[in-house]
Amino acid sequence: MFKILKKEELSDLVILFEIEAKDIAKKARAGNFFVLKIHEQGERIPLTIADFDRDRGTITTVFQKMGKTTHHLGTLNEGDSILDMTGPLGIHSHIENFGKVVCVGGGVGIAPTFPIARALKEAGNAVISIIGARTKELIFWEDKMRAVSDELIIVTDDGSYGQKAVVTTPLDALLRENQDIKLVYAIGPAIMMKFVCVTTEKHNAKTIVSLNSIMVDATGMCGACRVEVGGETKFACVDGPEFDGRKVDFNLLMSRQRMYIEEERVAMERYKEKSGGN
Amino acid sequence: MEEKRAGKKPENRVKMREQEPLARAKNFMEVPYGYTPEEAKKEASRCLSCLKPSCRGGCPVSIDIPSFIKLIKEGRFIEAAWKIKEDNAMPAVCGRVCPQEIQCESLCILGKKGKPVAIGNLERFVADYERDNAGMEVPEKPKSTGRKVAVIGSGPGGLSCAADLIKSGHQVTLFEALHKAGGVLVYGIPEFRLPKVIVEKEVDYIRRLGVDVIVNALIGKLFTVDELLTEQGYDACFIATGAGLPVFLGIPGENLNGIYSANEFLTRANLMKAYLFPEYDTPIKRGRNVAVFGGGNVAMDAARVALRLGAEKVCLIYRRSEAEMPARKAEIHHAHEEGIEFMLLTNPLRFIDDGKGNISAVECIKMELGEPDASGRRKPVPVKGSEFRIEIDVAIPAIGTRPNPLLTRHVPGLLLNKRGYIVADYETGMTSKPGVFAGGDIITGSATVILAMGAGRRAAKAINDYFRWKYWDTAKLQGSG
Repeated sequence: MFKILKKEELSDLVILFEIEAKDIAKKARAGNFFVLKIHEQGERIPLTIADFDRDRGTITTVFQKMGKTTHHLGTLNEGDSILDMTGPLGIHSHIENFGKVVCVGGGVGIAPTFPIARALKEAGNAVISIIGARTKELIFWEDKMRAVSDELIIVTDDGSYGQKAVVTTPLDALLRENQDIKLVYAIGPAIMMKFVCVTTEKHNAKTIVSLNSIMVDATGMCGACRVEVGGETKFACVDGPEFDGRKVDFNLLMSRQRMYIEEERVAMERYKEKSGGN
Repeated sequence: MEEKRAGKKPENRVKMREQEPLARAKNFMEVPYGYTPEEAKKEASRCLSCLKPSCRGGCPVSIDIPSFIKLIKEGRFIEAAWKIKEDNAMPAVCGRVCPQEIQCESLCILGKKGKPVAIGNLERFVADYERDNAGMEVPEKPKSTGRKVAVIGSGPGGLSCAADLIKSGHQVTLFEALHKAGGVLVYGIPEFRLPKVIVEKEVDYIRRLGVDVIVNALIGKLFTVDELLTEQGYDACFIATGAGLPVFLGIPGENLNGIYSANEFLTRANLMKAYLFPEYDTPIKRGRNVAVFGGGNVAMDAARVALRLGAEKVCLIYRRSEAEMPARKAEIHHAHEEGIEFMLLTNPLRFIDDGKGNISAVECIKMELGEPDASGRRKPVPVKGSEFRIEIDVAIPAIGTRPNPLLTRHVPGLLLNKRGYIVADYETGMTSKPGVFAGGDIITGSATVILAMGAGRRAAKAINDYFRWKYWDTAKLQGSG
């Protein structure tokens, strides 16, 4: 059992948990993820490790309420426990002093971008960060991101906060003006990562993305998470989750993410009925 | 004496009653019902109690078969179970999933004139009887040796090794990456062949023997093998991480929605209980027309699960003929009975899309058998111009696995072969790294439950020898990589 020590509602939809997981915290690094299963009948879902505190023995995750499992997860409170957690999973980010880098975090993807930006900053990089969301309410961790970035750009689709733009607008401008940008990190919805890669392709900028495919065991055993990178099939759980974004087949990723859309609807409706519209 | 016996017409084997094929193809309940005590005694009475029994030699863990059968004849069922447990900690599992027909039963003298003694059925009976009537009593704890062993992987190899080591008085920790212990017994083998309640009881028994079972512990990530051997103070470790990563067909369209590796399909259905969705949260595509590719036990399991999930038609597509299928005869028979359609001498060429990212058909080609290949089996070659299409909405390649590098890539000094399997001595499980033993599918590639158990037992014995003599021999491993 893994106890939730802290819960923070970053918005109506986005929740932060700090969870007691001593051994996972000890090994966690930027770019890793973990899998959790809330209860006996639950499904295994991968979530990103947004931060870790080795002294406290905790990991922090941020998730958005989407389907049944994340809605259920969002009803848990401080002091409650999660039945199963496995991690740290995936190959952690490769960090070195590249020079000048851009970190793009979209929506709930701001959370896993943070430890990567921090590690890049600590390694001596000049870090420019772009965080974006649909609307002001969904922007979080502005302070944390600012603390690890030399420059922070905020965008919202509706212009309610920061620039009224999508993340690719300032990214395109940055790449145009700074020929010395060595690397772009982008984490967010598949569609965002796809268009980030369209932008970086234009400027021939190296791009790393973190893929959020459907997983079951997340240890390489099942292949549910397969993605195509440079025409080759890869398992996001053990070969990734980070890949060279310009080689990723995002259309396939998005199609595979929709595989259970009907089952997700059924599960959600049933859950709403049972929990009284929560 | 022998002649006189051989001359007597042996009685027919007592058949184990089972669910009717058409009924069982729609539920996940176990297929055979098991023997009653009367049936067990009757079947046991067929055993000739040979002076020089050969059956025992056919058992990878050398169960004292004649002795346990004798105890059944006498109605001493619980003692019979204990007799088996001297050599095998999980008789309820082995009685169900061992390929007895090519092991113990193939050597039974009765088999020369009729059916051999149903050793597997009897093993299953006494194990079930003991569990239901005596609560699987735990033997007295041995004196502690002060040694600590880490067993990595809680499948059949790890469980049997842990059981033997704890009986030798060592402190044993069993690490499992998934949230439930049992390995292939819980994620792979379906409920109707091996009810999960039985696996849980067997794992619980191992726990009660004193083994510390830790789930959600992915060794290689959470702890490395070196950390176990140094910081955590383990004196030895046994790696039994199993078959690993699924192999796909390598044909176009393989990542369309609706195409599952057999590992994924079975894991969703068995471990995650997706057949009970939405009661359980894990979904699974319930195909109307399902194609399974392969001819092994895993292919049979996947096909029979698809049927139970409500498929109208399940095709088993195999590129050779039925005679070459590696699956157990009994499993092939069960699949036929339940209405699985065998499409033999057929090879898939590509999967076809419905325009929305889902699979809608598979294009295949007919094959014919040519000259024998390296495996000794006649090599299938395509018949020109024989391409055809089958409409399907779920496809399940079940063509094998390759080793998972998650653990092995983090163990310096551990010799792997070209294909990534751990190089280890067959008899002892000794690897190139002192203190590290390995066995089961991670050294041999996909095999059976009982072979992994045999490897676990041999490694336990070798670990005891290693503690006694501090002896490490890797000479035999040279050059095998």
